[in-house]
Amino acid sequence: MDTMIPVDRGGPAQPLLLASGLRKHFPVGGGLLGRGRKVVRAVDDLTLSVAKGETLGVVGESGCGKSTVARLLIRLIKPDRGTMVLDGDPVDEPHGITVNELRRQVQMVFQDSYASLNPRLTIAETLAFAPKAHGLPAAQARERVRDLLSKVGLDPNNYAERYPHELSGGQRQRVNIARALALRPRLVILDEAVSALDKSVEAQVLNMLVDLKSELGLTYLFISHDLNVVQYLSDRVLVMYLGKIVELGPVEAIYGNPQHPYTRALLSARPSMDPRKRTKEAPIQGDPPNPIDPPSGCRFRTRCPFAEEVCAKLEPALAETGRQAVACHMSVAGSGHSKAVAA
Amino acid sequence: MSDLLQVRDLHVTFKTPDRTVHAVNGVSFDLKRGETLGILGESGSGKSVTLRSILRLHPEHRTRWSGSIRMEGDEVLDMGSRALGDLRGRRVAMIFQEPATAFDPVFTVGHQIAETIRRHTGKSESDAWKRAKELLELVRIPSPAQRLKAYPFEMSGGMRQRAMIALALSCNPSLLLADEPTTALDATVQIQVLLLIRELQREFDLGVIFVTHDIGVAVEVSDRIGVMYAGKIVELAPVEKMVDAPQHPYSRGLLASTVHDGMRGQRLEAIPGAPPDLAEVPTGCSFAPRCKFVRPDCTTAPPNLRATGDSHLVRCVLAETAVAA
Repeated sequence: MDTMIPVDRGGPAQPLLLASGLRKHFPVGGGLLGRGRKVVRAVDDLTLSVAKGETLGVVGESGCGKSTVARLLIRLIKPDRGTMVLDGDPVDEPHGITVNELRRQVQMVFQDSYASLNPRLTIAETLAFAPKAHGLPAAQARERVRDLLSKVGLDPNNYAERYPHELSGGQRQRVNIARALALRPRLVILDEAVSALDKSVEAQVLNMLVDLKSELGLTYLFISHDLNVVQYLSDRVLVMYLGKIVELGPVEAIYGNPQHPYTRALLSARPSMDPRKRTKEAPIQGDPPNPIDPPSGCRFRTRCPFAEEVCAKLEPALAETGRQAVACHMSVAGSGHSKAVAA
Repeated sequence: MSDLLQVRDLHVTFKTPDRTVHAVNGVSFDLKRGETLGILGESGSGKSVTLRSILRLHPEHRTRWSGSIRMEGDEVLDMGSRALGDLRGRRVAMIFQEPATAFDPVFTVGHQIAETIRRHTGKSESDAWKRAKELLELVRIPSPAQRLKAYPFEMSGGMRQRAMIALALSCNPSLLLADEPTTALDATVQIQVLLLIRELQREFDLGVIFVTHDIGVAVEVSDRIGVMYAGKIVELAPVEKMVDAPQHPYSRGLLASTVHDGMRGQRLEAIPGAPPDLAEVPTGCSFAPRCKFVRPDCTTAPPNLRATGDSHLVRCVLAETAVAA
């Protein structure tokens, strides 16, 4: 049996990946003797689960921590706090699996297709690198390279011996996707993977991602700032603002019936595709605040049209309302917000 | 209404020791005062090169221009350095994608705006600063007096782009060139800046050329949209016509391949292949290798722009009524 194929262990109901209480603060600058040292609170006590076979979309503006989440999940950076469980196995803990094993089952595709390829390796060398490092004999690795290239729609005879600079952006991103699949992972994290592509090429790659998912039984974590693409691809959507989850739920609920004022603003900030129904007014004013000193209480309150006293005092917890979970005092009965139902 | 800008058969080539790039291959369009033309295209389509040519921003020794660019009747391609200096910033202003690099990092925003005003209008130092403050108010930057003293790095992305717009409008230009000015901004900030540009355009009766790769953005701001491919405008039409009934196979493909509401679960209609290499001048239609309606005559000669109905131009042999434009 090919030992490279990970097997499902916990059954379909067990989440593929479960992250609890993930936190990452980056220190910036340095006060004298460490006093008054500031931190960027990139990700703050974030809990999420990814179900087997689903596509979980992550949206939010720059600085909201979505890329930090991706890097934490694949352990490119170590969380300050929090635990991760991959299909029942704790990660990087005694009796659990190692980070190396995690990275065999969880792979990532980045935004910059050129920077993420080694310019001195041919496409074939790049694709064979990880399988060889994990012990696949050279002949089999060559076979796998051909298979991977045809999977992503590149003719192996034509592309295997080329260098990254000889490919177009769309072709390079196909190679990056092939490399992510080289170890036959179960979860693929796509961090703005189609954002740098032109629209006509983006559509090709999106179609391919849909095909690969069903063909290989993959699970995706799809991070993007493009709300339309996230809606197209995702089963569930997670909305982040300044390092926190503000809303999480099935794609129809998030797009059809958004509850959090930030989600609503984000959705109505999308440019109209109809010249007769142009946007008349910006849904919210100002820029997202600096994550170094996030506002007290609810982090969105400085831009929220409904902010009240309670929002500055108390941080809203993520709570189930209807089909989705929302972190807003207006959705919690008896929270003290005038728009909340009395307890 | 007379034309503010007239571009005729513009060709731009860049020469390097290794290769020649034919970036723009015969672009023609007019712009009226108070009109916004959106130029839509993918990377390498020549949209930014066209825009920058209007200010002749490309390095002189490597760039070959031909054709004509007339700004209020004056030929830009024949201008000497004095006339160019007067054109740039006073008659025609430009805003860029990345305001962080377009501003000089070592001077305050107020200094840079005031300097521009003094250079072009000869106002006194204090008058120029007063005008700079008014401009920041105009683009709705909160506490403008304070912000004048800020360095570009002290501002957020949205604020910097507003300051860039203030700088662009400082000498009352009649034409504003916008090169993807909202691409680097967050979604909730992008819409604010788009609405600001639309408002100021109306208030000052500006001609605007807005280059973008985002169809939604083009629809929000434009009166007419020109779609560029491989250095040519392949379709030019009023925005409603472009959205409702695009004629050129490339425009149709671009609209169909753009993901929007309600496409979940559907297969996207992607355009196969990739844009051509601009090192060679194609003998036929540049889009022919990717076009699903390709015919033998597509590859023999480049198609002309044809008018199909009122102010709708299409560069395709399939365009219905073949009226030479």
